Amino acid sequence: MTNESLQELIGSWSPNLEFNEEGSQYLNVTVPIEELHAVMFKLKHDDQTSFDYLFCLTGVDWGEELGVVYHLESTNFRHSLVVKTQTAERENPVVDSVYDIWATAEFHEREVYDFFGIKFNNHPNLKRLFLTDDWDGFPLRKDYEDNINMIIK
Amino acid sequence: MNIALSITKTIHDWLYSIMPETAAMYAEMVLIALVYLGIFAVAGLFLVLLERRVAAWFQLRIGPNRVGFQGLLQTMADAIKLLSKELTGTDKADKFLYNLAPYFVIISSLMALSVFPFTQEFQAFDINIGIFFLIAVSSIGVIGILLGGWSSNNKFAMIGAMRSGVQTISYELSIGLSLLTMVLITGSLQLSEIVEVQKSGWLIVQGHIPAIIAFMIYMIAGTAETNRAPFDMVEAESELGAGFHTEYSGMKFAYFFLAEFINMFIIAAIATTVFFGAWLSPFGITESIPVLGVFWFLLKALILVFLMMWFRWTFPRLRVDQLLTLEWKYLLPLNLANIVIMALLVWHNLTISF
Amino acid sequence: METVTLNSNFKSEEYFINMGPQHPATHGVLRLLLTIDGEIIKKVEPDLGYIHRSIEKMCERDSYQQIVHLTDRMDYLSANINNEAVCLTVENALQLEIPERVKVIRTIIGELTRISSHCLWWGVMGMDVGALTTYFYGFRDRELLNDIFEETCGARLTMNYNVPGGLMFDIHPNFVKRVKEFIAHFKTKLPEYDRLLTDNVIFQKRTKGVGILSKEDAISYGASGPVGRASGYSCDVRKHHPYSALDKVTFKEALRTEGDTYARYLVRIQEMWESLSIVEQLIDNIPEGEYRVPTKAVIKLPKGEYFQKVETARGELGVYIISTGLKSPYRLKFRSPGFSNLSLLNHIAVGGKIGDLVATMATLDLVIPDIDR
Repeated sequence: MTNESLQELIGSWSPNLEFNEEGSQYLNVTVPIEELHAVMFKLKHDDQTSFDYLFCLTGVDWGEELGVVYHLESTNFRHSLVVKTQTAERENPVVDSVYDIWATAEFHEREVYDFFGIKFNNHPNLKRLFLTDDWDGFPLRKDYEDNINMIIK
Repeated sequence: MNIALSITKTIHDWLYSIMPETAAMYAEMVLIALVYLGIFAVAGLFLVLLERRVAAWFQLRIGPNRVGFQGLLQTMADAIKLLSKELTGTDKADKFLYNLAPYFVIISSLMALSVFPFTQEFQAFDINIGIFFLIAVSSIGVIGILLGGWSSNNKFAMIGAMRSGVQTISYELSIGLSLLTMVLITGSLQLSEIVEVQKSGWLIVQGHIPAIIAFMIYMIAGTAETNRAPFDMVEAESELGAGFHTEYSGMKFAYFFLAEFINMFIIAAIATTVFFGAWLSPFGITESIPVLGVFWFLLKALILVFLMMWFRWTFPRLRVDQLLTLEWKYLLPLNLANIVIMALLVWHNLTISF
Repeated sequence: METVTLNSNFKSEEYFINMGPQHPATHGVLRLLLTIDGEIIKKVEPDLGYIHRSIEKMCERDSYQQIVHLTDRMDYLSANINNEAVCLTVENALQLEIPERVKVIRTIIGELTRISSHCLWWGVMGMDVGALTTYFYGFRDRELLNDIFEETCGARLTMNYNVPGGLMFDIHPNFVKRVKEFIAHFKTKLPEYDRLLTDNVIFQKRTKGVGILSKEDAISYGASGPVGRASGYSCDVRKHHPYSALDKVTFKEALRTEGDTYARYLVRIQEMWESLSIVEQLIDNIPEGEYRVPTKAVIKLPKGEYFQKVETARGELGVYIISTGLKSPYRLKFRSPGFSNLSLLNHIAVGGKIGDLVATMATLDLVIPDIDR
């Protein structure tokens, strides 16, 4: 499916989606955090989209907000989509887990939790993946400070 | 007492001339034990060297060649290094059993060596239940492995020991039965008798087809019995680290290591004695020089040792359930059928003898 | 420790065992927490982070030329392909026109890297199932490749041969000759691999039907590379999103449908043949031209988001750069193949024996720095 028809189809599911194609080779869609799981579920299971391959799950610290970026591809139709969601909450950010839709999200979400402190609802085993359990702070956030281990140029 | 101590008549006579009879007997036995201990500890080291050179040959390498001529002293140097190493152990190990285990293994393998007829004269202990003694004694070793694995308080060692138990108990059957097949021809368990029978043809020729089958089963089971690849489930370094001897170091580890090589020699020596005519030369070419019997015995044994090394450096390892399947579903029924065939052969005089 | 009481009087007790961080089968500092009942595996929980160097955080302060050097240290067995991934992302973002010569050389070295990585994997695979000799056979052939790399760029493992805009140096005059020698040599040695290990009955018994991964699960777990392809999932980035000179060559994607350990093994063996054929097609046709287009000393990517996939020896490596127009990326994410492939270990190893776990892990071909980044 082309990006235009994808935008048309997915845009018809919910009025709250924002589409953007600038500065990226993929079609970007920003989903409100409450609707994330429903939209994701539909993206995977709809016959026309059938995004069955989550090839990248990234946490991003946008400065004010914390975001999660999902890169999706359909192994049938070979079209791709980037789904973004973000939350302004920095103390206790919570995003729905997509672990039940793509199994690979289990590890990727643990990684995001480890480095950004974003909690995932309904995640089966949400604990630190790389760092020790008693690590203080979330290293990939922009405001993280560690004067001993970080070399700032 | 049915002990024929016949290594050297001179020492025997000399000892009896200077001591009372009982003391002389004890002194003689101790002396022979020491001689055997010395010879086979050193021979074990050279087997290790042989293994390393053979492995290197299979693996496109050169192997140890720096210490002594062609690396001949390499394993000696290693043994001295191991002697000087600290003996470490785990905190919560069962100290008594932990220390006892290596001795079980090494003593059982050295004991088995005493009955082999290296030549007509060179046999420490010609007992009339020779083969039975060999099987019995060589299976004591597994107790040492079980103890070592259990007492060192390490889960990997424990798994290794349990695997060893299951493996040895299973393959003991095949070893026993395949040797029993050959005993049907000789009619005797005494090793000197078995050699005597083979003067009219080695048993593998006399028993032809069932004997060859028995020999194959024996070699497979024997490799399993010594816990060597492809049956090295007990150590399985990619699975269990080092298996049952994970927590052993220094000389205690060296005992396990040495015992493995002596056991390999024992398995090969039993096969030599039972299937390939022990010290008898092929077609009797050197019958007039009895001393050469040692040469023939060692040559045959070393060829079989080489065969086992060949297995080790070629085959992948079996999984533990496949190991048991092989024994209980294939080797054991085959072995039982083989005994029946052999019995029929012997009954109808279908064996080949010259 | 959890005790399970069965209906009979026998009790079956599960216990934990730590496989790693120092263990021969984990090939690095990976720690697996195994829950075992006797020999049967009930649960595998990987514990990561023993060599995590936070490359993604370091990238946020480094220039794009420096980032290339960090990627060597991720999947060190396909170092050159990792370099290429970052270079391609930067070049695409800058819309640089890369000379054909560079593209062809990158593809040749990339495929040679893949062969070298698979050689090492083959040796280690044999070692993990207990056949120690394979290790030396694999290394014998890998050594020739490392010599070629050394002559080309001065390094044997972490090559740093690619820079944004092209290559660090031109190829050595001997390069073509030596690569041809290697191809001739390796064509006689690959059948030897089959004779030693592939056709061995014990090996087949150990690997067939072990660690089965269905196609649906492979996609869902994000499996890529030979792991995905052995399950019948066509996931070769070189086919679906060709980069460098890969659109000019013909090769077959190694696909199998069984999804077991043996299939993953066969896929890698076949990939070595395919890589050889790719190198053969290109080695005589290296076009003349520049080996590098000049770039500015300080590369600043235009504002935007860039994603580039490449096929490393282990699978799909994704480089995701978010740029705000500065000299360092705002956020850089490496989607490493090993990370996703490890996540399915628990799924396929449960119910097998310890020996099965080791064989399965060997065919996942994990490189721990790739996972720990």
